[in-house]
Amino acid sequence: MAELQFREAIRAAIDEEMGQDEDIFVMGEEVAEYDGAYKVTEGLLDKYGSKRMIDTPISELGFAGIGVGAAMNGLRPIVEFMTFNFAVLAADQIINHASKVRYMTGGQVEIPIVFRGPNASAGQLSATHSVSYDAMYAHFPGLKVIYTSEPADAKGLLKSAIRDDNPVLFMESEQMYGLKGEVPEEDDFTIPIGKAKVKREGSDVTVVAHGKMYHVATQAAEQLAKEDVDVEIIDPRTVKPLDMETIVKSIRKTNRCVIVDEAHPFGGLAAEVGYLIQREAFDYLDAPVQRVTLPDTNAPFAKNLFDEWLPSPDQVIDAVNTVTYRK
Amino acid sequence: MAKKKKNAEEVSFTPTGTGIRTNGEIIRSTELPDPTDKNHDDLGLSDDDVVDMFEQMYLQRRFEERAMQMYQKGKFGGFLHLYMGQEAISTGTTYALNADDDIITAYRDHGWGLVRGVSPKEGMAELYGKVTGCSKGKGGSMHFANVDEHFWGGYGIVGGHIPLGGGIAFANKYKQNGRVTACFLGDGAVPQGALHETLNMSQNWGLPCIYAVENNGYAMGTAVHRHSTGEIVDRADGFDMKKMVINGMDVLTVYEKMKEIAEDVRENSEPWFVEIRTYRYRGHSMSDPMKYRSKEELEEYEKLDPVERIKNYLLDEDIIDDDKVEEIKDSVEDTVMEAIDFAEESDFPEKEALYDHMFAEDDYPFHT
Ligand SMILES: Cc1ncc(C[n+]2csc(CCOP(=O)(O)OP(=O)(O)O)c2C)c(N)n1
Repeated sequence: MAELQFREAIRAAIDEEMGQDEDIFVMGEEVAEYDGAYKVTEGLLDKYGSKRMIDTPISELGFAGIGVGAAMNGLRPIVEFMTFNFAVLAADQIINHASKVRYMTGGQVEIPIVFRGPNASAGQLSATHSVSYDAMYAHFPGLKVIYTSEPADAKGLLKSAIRDDNPVLFMESEQMYGLKGEVPEEDDFTIPIGKAKVKREGSDVTVVAHGKMYHVATQAAEQLAKEDVDVEIIDPRTVKPLDMETIVKSIRKTNRCVIVDEAHPFGGLAAEVGYLIQREAFDYLDAPVQRVTLPDTNAPFAKNLFDEWLPSPDQVIDAVNTVTYRK
Repeated sequence: MAKKKKNAEEVSFTPTGTGIRTNGEIIRSTELPDPTDKNHDDLGLSDDDVVDMFEQMYLQRRFEERAMQMYQKGKFGGFLHLYMGQEAISTGTTYALNADDDIITAYRDHGWGLVRGVSPKEGMAELYGKVTGCSKGKGGSMHFANVDEHFWGGYGIVGGHIPLGGGIAFANKYKQNGRVTACFLGDGAVPQGALHETLNMSQNWGLPCIYAVENNGYAMGTAVHRHSTGEIVDRADGFDMKKMVINGMDVLTVYEKMKEIAEDVRENSEPWFVEIRTYRYRGHSMSDPMKYRSKEELEEYEKLDPVERIKNYLLDEDIIDDDKVEEIKDSVEDTVMEAIDFAEESDFPEKEALYDHMFAEDDYPFHT
């Protein structure tokens, strides 16, 4: 095991996969000469050259689509978006093309492409730079969506995503790139797409949290432990396909659930998971499922408002108190 | 232009050239056309006008230098994209346009805001995220706006505001109010589809709009010729659009040319595509180490500094003397320091402001 930063874990996954498959290349804004806007791809230009590390103009729709076309024609592109906030410009290529070409051609075409980059908000970047897109893409059939929370998951899941023969959206958080964790070093270390993980065992309440929210949930759980509330945390890791089995199994044990989601409440992952829980574990619930999400407003710039806007450990604690009828 | 790789067999997709890997060789990222040889009298500007221009440009410069210091002290967060080096463009354009002509720009917007009626206090308070800011603390550095003065604001998605500029011009034509719109974008926005779609409709529909590229040599770390082929200004040709390249380091030149162009737009209701060549002195944002350009290149452009240039012009023409220059600088410094005090003393928005400005209704039912 090696202690790696999140960005290094992602880089290791890309590097190892590029090392064993000539058809893999990386394309995006500032990925090559600048070494990546968030230094994820640092050093890869020197190693793989400008055939396989490709700087693009600011043309999200164009280069995402060129990636899709290249994938259709046998390559395995990794397309980096500086953030998924800007990738909405490329949504047509992802939603209308990448997700549908295989289906429309009756399975004649494969599209083994990974779109990756930071998702959701970073610190105080205001409204156009602070949107969560995992649930939006998950809404469309034909796409796999991953939003990881820890370096080891990032490495294992990205390697799987690169090896996957489908379009995969692999989301990170700009605020987690410096986060460190133990990461397996073996070349064949992968984590299957579609498997949630019980990241903290507990018996009183299940908290479902992915991406940056996993860390918010962990902080809440540590606080609650001091008050003798034993929280189990499930990180779905993959938004789609979604591993409901692991979540339901946990709820059968704890009988209570709080979902923490870095997205707006309407029609988000929390809404979906909430529905599925009542369908599959209704009889096991001792309290209505609670969710903690962003408010139904755009991201503000002001520091105090921004802090208020993001889901906080305190809100998670409140929600746990509600489902356990403690306070 | 991109140099051909020596090894013909080696496949490569990105043009090299200006950038980290040129081994110190200076390749200028933009070539400046000649500045105007007319003096301010010829251009119909009074002595006071030019003094005022200098003061405006110095204010933009000083405001940002101080903002940078405050940012480094951790007084506020978010992105901070500095406009230093480009002040002749905001200033020359604002003087060339009528007060009710419309302006819209990208996120490098402090200079535009200040010259278009955002007071230094409101500007600084916006950087601090205070409720007294020009966008009430909701926008921050990238979203200065003063719509009363026809400054529609800065926008954070590269290229995203270009159609909005077209739409503002569309409305002006619709209302037949004779207003011209100036839509400013960076060179990095030129490859975006939004520009091409908007130019096409603008020419077809005769929208009274100037699409002006502030070509400062780089889109983040990418030199212009590494992200765009051909000359930027020639993009106009495909749309049969009128075009011009302007020296953006000289405020009188920007004034002269933008005035000519605005008059033509007003008279004929036809758009123009303009490339204004300039240079940005600082990194793309505060986190940019600027490894993609050489110190020598930066120094070359700093010799052409637009603020120094207009100051020297005022001195050479005996419009003002050194004492007066110092007096102006001192008063600008006071203004900026007062703005900082104002920002620090102002309040953050109330918690409830999270829900303000979302909808026109006061009682909109938010989802929970
Ligand atoms: C659609 C989109 N893609 C990427 C970004 C990230 N980004 C912000 S500014 C920038 C460079 C833009 O350069 P340019 O348009 O030349 O403006 P300048 O910074 O030179 O003023 C990039 C890549 C963004 N904000 N929006």
